[in-house]
Amino acid sequence: MKKNVLFIVLIAFLASCGGGDSSKSSGDQKGEIKIDGSSTVYPLSEAVSEEYRAAESGVRVTVGESGTGGGFKKFSRGEIDINDASRPITVEEIELCTQGGIEFIELPVAYDGLAVVVNKANTFVDHLTVAELKKIWEPEAQGKIKTWNQIRASFPNEPINLYGAGTASGTYDYFTEAIVGKAKSSRGDYNASEDDNVLVKGVSSDKNALGYFGLAYFENNSDKLKLVPISADGKPGVLPTQETVSNGTYAPLSRPEFIYVNAKSADRPEVKSFIAFYLENAQTLAKEIGSVPLKAEVYKLVQARFDKKVTGSAFGKGRSTIGVNMTELLNVESK
Amino acid sequence: MNSSQVNRIKDTAFKFFAIACTFFGLLVLAVLLYDILSKGLTRIDWDFIVNLPSRRAANAGIYTALLGMIWILILTVIIAFPIGIAAGIYLQEYGKKNRFANIIEINIANLAGVPSIIYGILGLELFGRILGLGNSILTGSLTLSLLVLPLIIVSTREAIKAVPSSIREAAYGLGATKWQTIYSIVLPSSFGGILTGLILAISRAVGETAPLIVIGALVYVPFAPTNPMDEFTVLTIQIFNWVTRPQAGFVTNAAAAIIILLLFTFMMNGIAVVLRNRYNKKTRF
Repeated sequence: MKKNVLFIVLIAFLASCGGGDSSKSSGDQKGEIKIDGSSTVYPLSEAVSEEYRAAESGVRVTVGESGTGGGFKKFSRGEIDINDASRPITVEEIELCTQGGIEFIELPVAYDGLAVVVNKANTFVDHLTVAELKKIWEPEAQGKIKTWNQIRASFPNEPINLYGAGTASGTYDYFTEAIVGKAKSSRGDYNASEDDNVLVKGVSSDKNALGYFGLAYFENNSDKLKLVPISADGKPGVLPTQETVSNGTYAPLSRPEFIYVNAKSADRPEVKSFIAFYLENAQTLAKEIGSVPLKAEVYKLVQARFDKKVTGSAFGKGRSTIGVNMTELLNVESK
Repeated sequence: MNSSQVNRIKDTAFKFFAIACTFFGLLVLAVLLYDILSKGLTRIDWDFIVNLPSRRAANAGIYTALLGMIWILILTVIIAFPIGIAAGIYLQEYGKKNRFANIIEINIANLAGVPSIIYGILGLELFGRILGLGNSILTGSLTLSLLVLPLIIVSTREAIKAVPSSIREAAYGLGATKWQTIYSIVLPSSFGGILTGLILAISRAVGETAPLIVIGALVYVPFAPTNPMDEFTVLTIQIFNWVTRPQAGFVTNAAAAIIILLLFTFMMNGIAVVLRNRYNKKTRF
């Protein structure tokens, strides 16, 4: 008997939970928008969806995080409307979309900087050059580069302990491409994790550590870590900040983040309204979640690209996102 | 020193070794619980339970994740239990003991050890794509049902096995048919054992993340599911997402959500123990 009561209470509880949201509908849009993809872009899409819900509560926006690649698989089957991507679509993925009869609109929405960090107690690293980083991380360094003075003679003869992104992470793909020159090409004898918080813990408790991860993770742990300025092409070292990441001076470790919109979905009024909302609010929201926004005029160009329904990828023909100037790129594209 | 003294020393040594092992397990558990409770306990309030997910750690809640989990569990129970119990009864009571039965038995035991992500891949292809159920609650429940079926079948069989055959034979002797015997003698007297297996299966399903991620369970779902075809998220996925976020507030949230999840499994296991004790008292042979 008791069991039955419990069951009835549970059912009643479930039933009472449903339908509650539709009663206070503001705005006039209705429908469903399905977003999936990169876990790096997830916080931004989540923030936008949360705000959009306040404006248009009739639209049910859901966000998943199957990773950029996993998201594109669903995208090419037409299972989702928007894919979050922390890298541009690859040639193989474009091929999949063509097979599935899916056309897409590629919209950059923010930047992400990769921070290179050392332990707070590390006093000797004032900057690192891209060449030095390459010497540390390239596959040939495996088992050979073991002490700091092998990287620069003025560094002490102390062991160097490395912390970096796990191989399943988009951060890993990007870092290896930008530093070693070839995506997914890295030494394997380092402490790897897909969870950046684990890397933060590692570097902050190991005085000989060197690590890399998303800038947002440094900003939230800046009391425990020391950021390393990166110098490329003989220029002086640059620290990643909102400013240097968004104007491209923090090269080559800043990358654009994208959303890919299914062109068919883009005809639906609720998707149009959502994208407009996304591009209007991305600037404020990106800052809030620790990501780096594009410049205001770039968002206008992106909106124009969406309005014109420019399909296809600007990066499809092997153009790299490393050191890309968004304004120039979008201007060229929209002509 | 004679051999009986040596044996006595060995005896005492083993006792202390066993005590040390027990306390090691308990200590690890205590440290874990202390860590989680100290981080998350202050975060739990009614708002945390009824709020929607949010980018602001302080406003984020587990409402949709908790409801998603309950939906998934109830459907899994409805789907897996009848099938699992019936299969267990068949294998134990009706099935002939031949080579084929042996193969089935070994396979079921093996299935219980298959990594859960494999079930996720199967569920994605079979339920999500071929049957066209998408990433709905139904797909999730069907996938988890497959995952817990071996557990239920094995525990049902074990429970039935424990019923002495003299009782069955007495029933047959009174002219009862096989079904009558099973329905009114075997099942009631093994009910405690079967229930225990069922609840352990639920506890297993509650803790699963990997297969649900594979079938495409979402993370940000700002509405409560209203029917089995709705999209969903569950508590474990929410915890996984929060742990990997940069802001420290989300780690506190994750700890708080873990406490809720622990409470839930603790309750489940508690119910299992109570039920088992009650039914074991009723059935005295």
